[in-house]
Amino acid sequence: MSSTSIDPSRAHESRERRLTLMLLAPALSVVVALLVVPLCWLVWQSVRQDGGFTLAHYARFLHDDVYWMAFLQTFRIAFVVTAATVLLGYPVAYLAAGSSRRTSLLILAMVVLPFWTSVLVRAYAWLILLQRRGLVNGALSDLGVIDHPLILVNNEFGTVIATIHILLPFMVLPLYATMQKIPRELTMAGASLGGTPLHVFLRVFLPLSLPGVVAGMVLVFVLTLGFYITPELLGGGRTYMVSMLVSRNIELYNEWGAASSISIVLLLCVFAIFRLASLLIPFERIMGAR
Amino acid sequence: MRVTLSLAMITTSLVAFSAGTASAEQITFVSQGGAYQEAQTKAILDPVAKLLGITVDQDSAPDAWPVVKTQTATGKPIWDVIDTPTKDCVRGGEQGMIEKLDFSQIPNAASMPAAYKTPYSVAYEFYSSVLAFNKKKFGDKGPQTWADFWDVKTFPGTRALRNHPLATMEAALLADGVPADKLYPLDVDRAFKKLEEIKPHVTVWWTSGAQSAQLLADGEVDMEMAWNGRVSAVAKEGAPVGFTYNQGFLQFTSLCIVKGAPNLATAVKFVNAAMTPEIQANFPAYIDYGPGNPAAYATGKISKERAAQMPSSPENAAKQVLVSTEWWSSPAGEEAQKRWAAFIQK
Repeated sequence: MSSTSIDPSRAHESRERRLTLMLLAPALSVVVALLVVPLCWLVWQSVRQDGGFTLAHYARFLHDDVYWMAFLQTFRIAFVVTAATVLLGYPVAYLAAGSSRRTSLLILAMVVLPFWTSVLVRAYAWLILLQRRGLVNGALSDLGVIDHPLILVNNEFGTVIATIHILLPFMVLPLYATMQKIPRELTMAGASLGGTPLHVFLRVFLPLSLPGVVAGMVLVFVLTLGFYITPELLGGGRTYMVSMLVSRNIELYNEWGAASSISIVLLLCVFAIFRLASLLIPFERIMGAR
Repeated sequence: MRVTLSLAMITTSLVAFSAGTASAEQITFVSQGGAYQEAQTKAILDPVAKLLGITVDQDSAPDAWPVVKTQTATGKPIWDVIDTPTKDCVRGGEQGMIEKLDFSQIPNAASMPAAYKTPYSVAYEFYSSVLAFNKKKFGDKGPQTWADFWDVKTFPGTRALRNHPLATMEAALLADGVPADKLYPLDVDRAFKKLEEIKPHVTVWWTSGAQSAQLLADGEVDMEMAWNGRVSAVAKEGAPVGFTYNQGFLQFTSLCIVKGAPNLATAVKFVNAAMTPEIQANFPAYIDYGPGNPAAYATGKISKERAAQMPSSPENAAKQVLVSTEWWSSPAGEEAQKRWAAFIQK
């Protein structure tokens, strides 16, 4: 076939490609204008000082302990929150996926409902529950369980609890989406071959649900890394996450670059996490494409 | 921020509109919003507008600093006068973002103490970081000095301090026995050493004024350092809360003018009018913050009882320490702020 002759299928293909590009153009331009351009601006600022090139904003990572402690605490909180949401979210998603349509809708509604309440309101709600003269301490001391009020908030513990509460839907929903697609026939087949329920769960259901687990973990972990209001209100000042480092640096160094550099490093951490996760599970599956 | 920006845009269009149609002078005044700015509207802005026959447009930003930085960087600022922490006026002035004030045009500030003025700013309203305590816990024998605050045996209970070195370090030094008139320049090492002592007893290092009020109101802490306006608001709502101006830390926000302000001449007139003792004396009628110009107390507009509640009344000011903006904007002060985060985290 010579290249000059008109191949109808080829012409069709290139027309379709043009059309796809045209259809994509509005969305693409929005992404470029609102994400790519500001991001480049952020990188640019992070290497500028007094109108010249500098790596000073990055050098602080090497000699300022505060940076390391903030990253360390942020990642520690992210690990704990992720682990807790898996443990709490898995049974809920399992129940929702295995129930009738009505029951599963009800369960999902209960998971998603708090999601529509402002983060600020929920932080204050936790404060009312957990503080020294709060409901939890009040109930425990009325029951005679404790003599002195427990310190449940204004520390890392309170921050972690509220963060788990806020991020639980981000674990349950991808888990539910994955579990729902696992054919029930497979577990039935496992049972008919003599597997005990536990055995069938461990050997058949759990491995098939792992993509959902990884997806939820990545989402929760990455979202925790950027938390600001919750640690600010419930951390008692001692909980010092990366986002707070960003805002502190604007005040302290009077240079956008001092804050940009931290954002860039955090962003690189997020990319690294996505890359690691995509080694386990293809990226499209993490994002819930299939 | 989005609200601020859109407000700023509305202001710009208003400025453009009125510049095209009316010849009446006008300026854009910026403060921190909320109840505080509402009180100013009645106490200061409306009377000044009437006095000068100008229009005072308003804008607000919780933190004006980054906006001023951005506006002056574009070379076409839209704000004229800002009410902001004095430190921002000074560092803004040094970086060419704030106009130098010509005090010959501001005769109302002539009699004010030198410490209330800088080349770029003039004190506008006073507030104080005071020692507040729970009356239910301590009765009338609440802590009265920072040494008491540090004395966990005589005054057991939970404590809170602001998550910021300003005034907190001064408190530590007073508790350690440094005389009030020998505080500055602050002995940073000594202050941090003293703070380490109280650290295990501090339940919360608060960040926002609202948070400090909530801690007191809910009884989460038995004593804390907080801003006088926040404490008296909590007390007004009926919470058993008391405070003392003794060893309080007097601070003030200042008026300054954005470099290249669109209505520079009117802005200077506005600043002078806003410092008029009779107009300054309106502050206590609307909010628990004191007038920046002490002459306001001599106008007879402020009752003796009300003056006693004001952080800047001569009697109360005498019991307190005036926080040195100069020290805090010096390299040593900035170094102390950098050290703060490490102190809190460790």
